[in-house]
Amino acid sequence: MRYLPLTPEDRVEMLGAIGVKSIDDLFIDVPASAQRSGTVDLPPHAGEIEVEREMAGLARRNRAAGEGPFFCGAGAYRHHVPATVDHIIQRSEFLTSYTPYQPEIAQGTLQVLFEFQSQVAALTGMEVANASLYDGSTGAAEAVMMAQRVTRRNKAVMSGGVHPHYVETIETLAHAAGVMTQAMAPAIDAEDAVIAAIDADTACVVVQTPNVFGTVTDVTKIAEAAQAAGALLIVVTTEAVSYGLLKSPGEMGADIAVAEGQSIGNGLNFGGPYVGLFACKEKFVRQMPGRLCGETVDADGRRGFVLTLSTREQHIRRDKATSNICTNSGLCALAFSIHMSLLGETGLRQLAALNHQKALALRDALKAVPGVEILTPRFFNEFAIKLPKDAAEVVETLAGHGVIAGVPFSRLDAGAGLDDVLLVAATETTLDIDITFFAKILTKAVAQ
Amino acid sequence: MSMNNVGRPTRPETANDAATGHETLTGGRGLLQDEALIFELDGWNKTGVDLPEAAAPSDDLAGLLRSGPIGLPGLSEPEAVRHYVRLSQKNHAIDLALYPLGSCTMKHNPRLNEKMARLPGFSDIHPLQPQSTVQGALQLMDRLAHWLKTLTGMPAVALTPKAGAHGEMCGMLAIRAAHEANGQGHRKTVLAPTSAHGTNPATAAFVGYTVVEIAQTEDGRVDMADLESKLGDHVAAIMVTNPNTCGLFERDVVEIARLTHAAGAYFYCDGANFNAIVGRVRPGDLGVDAMHINLHKTFSTPHGGGGPGAGPVVLSEALAPFAPTPWLVHGHDGFALVEHAGEEGAETAFGRMSAFHGQMGMYVRAYAYMLSHGADGLRQVAEDAVLNANYIKARLKDVMSPAFPDGPCMHEALFDDSWLEGTGVTTLDFAKAMIDEGFHPMTMYFPLVVHGAMLIEPTETESKQELDRFIEALRLLAGAAKTGDTERFKGAPFHAPLRRLDETLAARKPRLRWKPVAAAPLAAE
Repeated sequence: MRYLPLTPEDRVEMLGAIGVKSIDDLFIDVPASAQRSGTVDLPPHAGEIEVEREMAGLARRNRAAGEGPFFCGAGAYRHHVPATVDHIIQRSEFLTSYTPYQPEIAQGTLQVLFEFQSQVAALTGMEVANASLYDGSTGAAEAVMMAQRVTRRNKAVMSGGVHPHYVETIETLAHAAGVMTQAMAPAIDAEDAVIAAIDADTACVVVQTPNVFGTVTDVTKIAEAAQAAGALLIVVTTEAVSYGLLKSPGEMGADIAVAEGQSIGNGLNFGGPYVGLFACKEKFVRQMPGRLCGETVDADGRRGFVLTLSTREQHIRRDKATSNICTNSGLCALAFSIHMSLLGETGLRQLAALNHQKALALRDALKAVPGVEILTPRFFNEFAIKLPKDAAEVVETLAGHGVIAGVPFSRLDAGAGLDDVLLVAATETTLDIDITFFAKILTKAVAQ
Repeated sequence: MSMNNVGRPTRPETANDAATGHETLTGGRGLLQDEALIFELDGWNKTGVDLPEAAAPSDDLAGLLRSGPIGLPGLSEPEAVRHYVRLSQKNHAIDLALYPLGSCTMKHNPRLNEKMARLPGFSDIHPLQPQSTVQGALQLMDRLAHWLKTLTGMPAVALTPKAGAHGEMCGMLAIRAAHEANGQGHRKTVLAPTSAHGTNPATAAFVGYTVVEIAQTEDGRVDMADLESKLGDHVAAIMVTNPNTCGLFERDVVEIARLTHAAGAYFYCDGANFNAIVGRVRPGDLGVDAMHINLHKTFSTPHGGGGPGAGPVVLSEALAPFAPTPWLVHGHDGFALVEHAGEEGAETAFGRMSAFHGQMGMYVRAYAYMLSHGADGLRQVAEDAVLNANYIKARLKDVMSPAFPDGPCMHEALFDDSWLEGTGVTTLDFAKAMIDEGFHPMTMYFPLVVHGAMLIEPTETESKQELDRFIEALRLLAGAAKTGDTERFKGAPFHAPLRRLDETLAARKPRLRWKPVAAAPLAAE
């Protein structure tokens, strides 16, 4: 077996050095009833050739986004990732290192995390950012629980624009932590409706912009209303590229900004691994979840970086920790940071503008399709359309013609009564012919 | 002096004393480059990508656009490559040398797994595209689930948790849901040994439970009398790591499960150390109700400097109905996902752990690893991991003090610091001196039950030659510590990219990001 360096002779010699006769002597503490003599009922080992053959067979049965017209978004976006990103993240020193607990021999990872935190803080317009969480949805749940700690209140109000899967994730994790949630019914353009639900028990208000229907909202008034009532405003963003064009959460008064960072540096990967961006006002830093990297000096006075404020964390505080998170999304954060460094402010703004332009072209093409109505009033790179038919059925029909048309809203929330709503997204990878072909096939599909 | 025919010396001159400890003029050190932050490279107008020009945004977005600068630097491609390559060279890595972090399992990460994860059929598919267009991905998830269930002897698995701690949360939420469904919602206590990972009490507390510690016996196991006295109608679950964090198999695990179940509680097993028994012992045969499996430990997916991980949770019959969505079913048209709690077939699901279907990228890598090893190879993985750890323990026991000298350990060897008594050298000093010798230190000061703990986990992917090299280095260091060579330890590391870092300063004056206006340099206090 190619991954196991010990030879049979090594094993005999080592057993001798230990002073036992056989490997079984090292498993004597396992109860006899649980000792298995043979192997479990699974196939035997395989060489690279066989493994590649099997994996390729499975991969071939999936329609990759890059194969043709593709318009899915709803929290995961297909962007072009420069070749440099994947090359760097496969360097042994980044790929095969552990959490930087020994800072003297982990400055590579630590400096990247410091740069990542600085980039995320700049993008979100917030004062501090952590070294990443698992993804946007778990980050949103962590933000709600953080608001509970900061305000010592137990109610979270969520707008009807928050991604339904984020709502479910928040409900699952926050309910466990004793937070009551009030989720508004899905609404295309009503982030402001949360204001009426804020009361003296409200720990936080969760809004999303661009929201799950793509609608862009200035949430400044919501921030003011929340803060006037002693609650925090959490602004969720599922498309991080939008930061290049739109007002940042910080500019609009957010207390905590949470985002899915997948769009930058990371592929679709069928939903994971992704990278959660998490930023907040500096005064809340000691209630933050997750790892933080900070600047310091070494014994010779040279600048260096370490994991810090770890008294918040589970390995020190155990049952009093701010979160149970341990492993985060280090390598995805690295990919994010490299891509962001390559883009720079110039590239990010250009990329964002290009995304918006492609989405406008898509809107114009779909608006011309008889029976199709554009629902989202103002958007970044994604919007909702109303079809004269069940959206899931239309998507299935179009898939048969090689077009992955988008995400039916019913896939996110089957009970919302929005079965005719389709979410469509365009990015810089969308070609003009993709848009033309989509409109053409959609015209036929809705006419049938 | 030897010269070539143009007068260039071809042999080093005899080193003179003045050259040792020589400081360079620039602060550079040969291959090790001092590297500024990206924010300090004056790249405010640079970019490393070529994109087509875009038109100005539509009027719809008037008033919603950014006004001022973002404050993000850019780098051209060659600058970016150089920046990150320079930084990379300041990291230790399993590809470089032994990385004996006990409980963390730093084993070789096969590159075949990376290649497979990058097939567009896995890496370039969207979590919400029509299920008819991702049947291969769903089939891979189904096969991974089959392997995990078979290896653990458990009937169900929730694949979606994104890391071990997330898996713990998932398992404990299933337990809570089961108790509530059975009218046992009053149970609010979780028992966990003092030696538990910090995530265990943190998770239990988040789920709303109060943690009560179980004492440990002299030989490093759960104190059965203490456990029995603390079990009762108020206990929701026990959380026990097995093999435990002392690197020992819980001999009484079957009895632990029996007592727990008799008290009406569930047995959550922290599966961080499953790599010690995979293919040889099935947790299902021990009476476990829920156990997370860190795919980045047992199944070799890379740790990536702190993630991403993946933490599928295997569940017993009693807990399976409460598993979170989404999960897979075999439909008449192939595989299908049940995506929402409350829908048909998911009436009792406790909710959702994250937005999508978990860590597909990690599933692909783990499955490629499983296929490569097969049932026979995985058993050998456990046996070699245990053999390597016991070999280290045997060869160091005369110079260091094993915390539990009697009997074998499992995949990791635990030492305390009693052998350092009177030397003036601490566990931390010893660890930092290991850095100078080219090794990453072992896990230190964990588990908490052993004073000055040093937890060494070599894993199965180390050769005997590398183990011997490591053992020899530790024996030399132990000898130096005992013969009064304390300066070697107190000032260590001397040969790392940086000397020992001031963690107190970092926490006292947190500087968590680069700021546009240069702050005064931090100075040690």
